[in-house]
Amino acid sequence: MGTNISLEEKFQAYVDAENKVEPKDWMPEKYRKTLVRQISQHAHSEIIGMQPEANWITRAPSLRAKLILLAKVQDEAGHGLYLYSAAETLGTSRDQMIADLQSGKAKYSSIFNYPTPSWADMGTIGWLVDGAAIQNQVMLTRTSYGPYARAMVKICKEESFHQRQGYEVVMKLAQGTPEQKKMAQESLNRWWWPSLMMFGPSDDNSPNSEQSMRWKIKRKSNDTLRQEFIDKTVPQAHYLGLTIPDPDLKWNDERGSYDFGEINWDEFYNVIQGNGPCNKDRITHHVKAHEEGAWVREAALAYAEKEAKRKENRTSAA
Amino acid sequence: MGGGWLNGVKRDFTKEEALEEYLFFLADDALILGQQLSKWCSAGPVLEQDIAIINTALDHIGRARLLYQHLAEIKGGATTEDSLAYFRDHMDFRNALLVEQPNGHWGDSIVRSFFIDTFNFYLYDALRNCTYAPIAEIAEKSIKEIAYHAQWSAEWVVRLGDGTEESHGKVQKSIDDLWMWAGELFESAPVFEVLDPSFVAFPTLKSAWLNKVDEVLQMATLARPEDDAWAQTGGRYGIHSAHLGYILAEMQSLPRTYPDATW
Ligand SMILES: [Fe+2]
Ligand SMILES: [Fe+2]
Ligand SMILES: [Fe+2]
Repeated sequence: MGTNISLEEKFQAYVDAENKVEPKDWMPEKYRKTLVRQISQHAHSEIIGMQPEANWITRAPSLRAKLILLAKVQDEAGHGLYLYSAAETLGTSRDQMIADLQSGKAKYSSIFNYPTPSWADMGTIGWLVDGAAIQNQVMLTRTSYGPYARAMVKICKEESFHQRQGYEVVMKLAQGTPEQKKMAQESLNRWWWPSLMMFGPSDDNSPNSEQSMRWKIKRKSNDTLRQEFIDKTVPQAHYLGLTIPDPDLKWNDERGSYDFGEINWDEFYNVIQGNGPCNKDRITHHVKAHEEGAWVREAALAYAEKEAKRKENRTSAA
Repeated sequence: MGGGWLNGVKRDFTKEEALEEYLFFLADDALILGQQLSKWCSAGPVLEQDIAIINTALDHIGRARLLYQHLAEIKGGATTEDSLAYFRDHMDFRNALLVEQPNGHWGDSIVRSFFIDTFNFYLYDALRNCTYAPIAEIAEKSIKEIAYHAQWSAEWVVRLGDGTEESHGKVQKSIDDLWMWAGELFESAPVFEVLDPSFVAFPTLKSAWLNKVDEVLQMATLARPEDDAWAQTGGRYGIHSAHLGYILAEMQSLPRTYPDATW
């Protein structure tokens, strides 16, 4: 064994042998940075993603649907919390991550920059958006960073539950009155393409992907995941009697996959850069809640400090 | 009694009517409070409390469902839990006025919860012995989560009261502002006289409630308004504040737009 093997090479060999990297292990600075960026972005997506769905909680059309939606959004909040903790193991505080979200330095999934004008969107989001998230996250249960992989195992179970519930909402609409059916189709028309965009730029335009694959943070390319998602989802739409809004969509016998049309990359990059219909609303809402909660957090902190002091006085007096 | 705001409300009830009224007191309090709390989703002061308050909203709406399901059984015909929630108008709702008061800031919502949660705790604890089995069962099922709500909101009252000068001032104002809506919880109502005493009459809960409120406010270094202060009234008779109309308009909009649809 050469003694002049660099730490980087050792790290690569460790990862290549399918070992998990743990918080105290040495890791390349760029690996750490990539992970903080990716995990915090994932956490922010869970948190910002609460907003488009919270939009329908007060108007859910049955008490059962209201409970299911509330529970779902609560799950997403829990995912956010869990992922912030996983990112914190890499040495970045939650406060810092939230500051980066609010300043625009950190991103979140751009799908949540679209609005939810229709109840049907509660079904479509569960079906497509949680569905696309699962496609990505099942892969991440095998990611090389231990705390992230473990978080994903737990989260994936709940996401697949969300996906089934979302599909159930769409199914009720698709089998309902003509108005409901229209609602479902119109919602699918809007969300289909943004859902495909969730997998990110195509492989030839995804500069960071290759390094992430080498470090086994990622194990499948954007285009591969996108294709898997399409192949899985198209039959689900057909089963509901809904039409995928893509005239170029066609089964390709040779590839054993669906061919599909071109994504509007112009829209994709614009929404990422802040020009989506809801980018401003999402951050404004987050900042507003954060600022309005400042006095509450200060009070809780002040009270905790007073309590600690009182406890100390009690024990020193005893 | 003389003429006043509640002039003309129904005050004579058969036993059957009184039972339904009582169930609506419980169910509508739970639904409207849950609906109000659910608006905190994604807007809380810290993520952990978003989760806590969503959880509480879930409990209230879950309990409302059990009560409406039972009411639907009694009423029979085409009545369902959802027709009761979505197709009654404000004059048919029997919730206390307190729960329809706006969320306001965190302190306002906490104090509103603290008042009703403490009331619910003594109420549901006693209802476990209700001779009417469906109510006793729901009370038994719910008491643990209700006890948790009461503890959660009391802890927040203490934290805010004994936190910073700012939080102390804010939550004291919440208490002073909401006090006139709390008295209604203990108001006597004609239905209590028709039902057997195991259907807990709300006035009997007042002294336990006051003691608990005093205990918590003292820990919180907060002052309590006079307990004989003038209280607002009407919710138990279907006479509501103007807030309820908006709450229902929002909640009921979809089923009323598409009355033939099932969801
Ligand atoms: Fe999630
Ligand atoms: Fe997720
Ligand atoms: Fe989800």
